[in-house]
Amino acid sequence: MNVEQQNLFRFLVGLGDDAVVLSHRLSEWCSNGPYLEEDIALSNIALDYIGRARMFYQYAAEIEGKGRTEDDIAYLRDERQFTNLLIHELPINDFAFTMVRQFFVDVYYCEYLKQLCESKDERIAAIAAKAVKESRYHLKRSEPWIRQLSEGTEESRRRIQAALVELENFVGELFIMSDWEKELVEAGIAVDREKLQAGWDQYIQKFLAESDLEFPDSQLQIRGGRDGIHTEHLGHMLSDMQYVQRVYPGLEW
Amino acid sequence: MNQNSQSDNKIIPTLNPVFAQRLSHRNNSEHTEVWNILDSVFDPELPGLTIWDLGILQDVRFENKQWVIDVTPTYSGCPAVETINQDIAAAMSQAGLDNIKINLVLSPAWSTEMISPTGKAHLKSINIAPPHQDDVVECPVCESKNTKVISQFGSTACKALYQCNDCFENFDYFKHF
Repeated sequence: MNVEQQNLFRFLVGLGDDAVVLSHRLSEWCSNGPYLEEDIALSNIALDYIGRARMFYQYAAEIEGKGRTEDDIAYLRDERQFTNLLIHELPINDFAFTMVRQFFVDVYYCEYLKQLCESKDERIAAIAAKAVKESRYHLKRSEPWIRQLSEGTEESRRRIQAALVELENFVGELFIMSDWEKELVEAGIAVDREKLQAGWDQYIQKFLAESDLEFPDSQLQIRGGRDGIHTEHLGHMLSDMQYVQRVYPGLEW
Repeated sequence: MNQNSQSDNKIIPTLNPVFAQRLSHRNNSEHTEVWNILDSVFDPELPGLTIWDLGILQDVRFENKQWVIDVTPTYSGCPAVETINQDIAAAMSQAGLDNIKINLVLSPAWSTEMISPTGKAHLKSINIAPPHQDDVVECPVCESKNTKVISQFGSTACKALYQCNDCFENFDYFKHF
């Protein structure tokens, strides 16, 4: 691979990692949802993210050209080789936490993927065009949930506010670019995430003000995901997610 | 009969441009018999709905001594894709066409506009409310428009769960997408 291909490969694996990790977290609600419809909804959103991960990994594997498959990339890499942004890997916690995270990333992806549709790389643009429709639908569900929980009981409101405080520490990373990703922006392939922050802040602040919720102003910016430096949680998650392939290598469904 | 329903009756049904384009592509194809063979392939989660009517069958062509079939997934994580591919291969093989390649295409992204009028009528006949541009959801049983959403996700990714406020029937709505 030349430098451009290496950058493209990293870029695709990063996006695939974001999707597969969040997908696994969402799937942890399967059979644990607060009621049946929610259980099904969270599992369906997990499915959308699995599809997204597959499309990015398949393309990454082709670019790499070493005969690896999407499954090899998902199941046979270690924690430090995963390059997802950290917000995706945090444990599901309670329902309020899961929904605030979903709301945060839905708002982010709606804009990010919309811009990625303009990528000069046609395949990436096609994946983005498919995924952005799904994220818009996810937002139609996560946003009313935050409103509903904030207007619910004192307890539901307290939980929403606590989730906002915790998750805000991981938002900054969504908008931090590394040099190699900036090169891809210059080539017209990637999106400049730094430029998305103002719009994201504005959207969230307006929404929270309407719901009379406080927007926590975090001084802390926890980062490192794209460089393979993770919270303590990812390793535990992978030991669960990769268990079967590690114990029975090559096992097929 | 009120004014509204009278004017409703006068509307001549027309095909939406997206489906019209698909139909004209099929009608202008020289491989009519192969398109017809594939009319025997159904979506595994929507009984009786063919892959043509659902809009996921995009193209059939003969290339490098091989039948190439373009299929676009409804949702990116749709678990029915594998089954559909197997069913396509089986249908082709039964017709004596073994040398096939199934191409998963992402662009143009599937939309509910690609569903045929027959497909929409079929959805209604199996008590699934067909997609509506403005998400006006009509109860497939009593046709009341007085309905409410119960969950944005139903039994599959492509459906939402609704309830009719008049006849109280719970039903799936095929999301406009």
